[in-house]
Amino acid sequence: MIEVKNLNKSFGDAHVLKGITTSFEKGKTNLIIGQSGSGKTVFMKCLLGLVVPDSGTISYDGRIFSKLSDREKRDLRQDMGMVFQGSALFDSMTVEENIMFPMDMFTQQSHSEMEDRVNTVLKRVNLVNAHKKYPAELSGGMQKRVAIARAIVMNPKYLFCDEPNSGLDPKTAILIDNLIQEITKEYDIITVINSHDMNSVMEIGEKIVFLQHGIKEWEGTKDEIFKTDNEAVTNFVYSSELFKKVRQMYIEERD
Amino acid sequence: MKYISSIGSYSIMVREVFKKPTKWSIMKSLILKEIDELIYGSMGIVIFISVFIGGVVAIQTALNLTNPLIPKDLIGFATRQSVILEFAPTFTSIIMAGKVGSYITSSIGTMRVTEQIDALEVMGVNSLNYLVFPKIIAMLFYPFVIAISMYVGIFGGLVANTLGNYSTSTEFIQGIQLDFIPFHVTYSFIKSVVFAFIIATVPSFHGYYMKGGALDVGKASTTAFVWTSVVIIISNFVLTQLLLG
Repeated sequence: MIEVKNLNKSFGDAHVLKGITTSFEKGKTNLIIGQSGSGKTVFMKCLLGLVVPDSGTISYDGRIFSKLSDREKRDLRQDMGMVFQGSALFDSMTVEENIMFPMDMFTQQSHSEMEDRVNTVLKRVNLVNAHKKYPAELSGGMQKRVAIARAIVMNPKYLFCDEPNSGLDPKTAILIDNLIQEITKEYDIITVINSHDMNSVMEIGEKIVFLQHGIKEWEGTKDEIFKTDNEAVTNFVYSSELFKKVRQMYIEERD
Repeated sequence: MKYISSIGSYSIMVREVFKKPTKWSIMKSLILKEIDELIYGSMGIVIFISVFIGGVVAIQTALNLTNPLIPKDLIGFATRQSVILEFAPTFTSIIMAGKVGSYITSSIGTMRVTEQIDALEVMGVNSLNYLVFPKIIAMLFYPFVIAISMYVGIFGGLVANTLGNYSTSTEFIQGIQLDFIPFHVTYSFIKSVVFAFIIATVPSFHGYYMKGGALDVGKASTTAFVWTSVVIIISNFVLTQLLLG
């Protein structure tokens, strides 16, 4: 379990995260949602250890990140996989080299063992015949699949995804969402996803944390988000006409 | 205050580069790649510039020797001194600050903008060691570039002098050998090692800590060239005072 307690972060006068306390469970897809500028990205960077919080703690299965030595932090990072918003694939490397990179860096496996593992994860993300291609030769959806493959190649315990379906068409976005959820169940890992896509929330949001102006405004499941009376959440969730109609139907059905 | 802060950040960056080394088998291939990119890839422009600089120095010296009492071998002497002491190490380094420096800033800056550096950090890789250390090691071969620049520069002077009939090739070669002080070559190599470190690290600093998008990568490259040149010129002054003053 990832436990966050009273997390605060400021940049100059801007207090970006204000006393966030929450937890993320194993085997679940946890979503952090909120408007642009709500502090989602900074929160995720704190979870990844890329930004040092001013106060508060983040513990990974009992290991408090700020109290770990450099070596322990490095070991913990090898338990993390990350899918960046823009995929962040190394553009000078082929798909195969990108996925092989963490294994090459941190394991003593032979080249054939690494090739086998690359084939396994590429098959898992439904990407074939792309081994020798460069990221620039792939579509957005394919790049996301490669990024997911690279994130899971070391069998991580924690998978973080920053807006994994941004820039993708709705159909591909759902495929990526479902793939992440399947991998979460299959590998029994803790997945934390940063998103402002309500389709993702409805599709895979087993736990949802809603941030507004750096404050955790609400948390619950995708079923509870329909029933909540929290004004900030309803304003965010039902900002589109489609979701307004869905809610109307839900209320009519309930009454 | 901003400059002091930048110097502090630069010092911290240099310290971080030498911490937590990357696996040797990977580092080895990175170093070879950087030698190819930074050293071998720069040979053409360095040779081209050196030939013409040497030639111009020889012509300028010859044209200013109007007094018949001054021996003609002074053309070779002045060309050798100018090329070895200043043109090969300093002028070439300014050119390299533009060619190699902008390549380093833009490649690291693009990795920053596209979150590739964040990806390295999340994996537990010391990104500064992975990205900057191979460049520093590759640039240790920079004195070889300077040695070639010296040789080719003086050769360019010889060709320009002979083709222009300013003096005979024998007089020019006598001038090259006149009052030769081997320490001047050592001084030049010491300077080139310092300049190599500056060319590898200052543009890396500007690329690594840049913020913004694609347009800012271009701005960072320009800033990196300006600051690399400034640091080279100041270091040149200090080293000359320390070693020859």
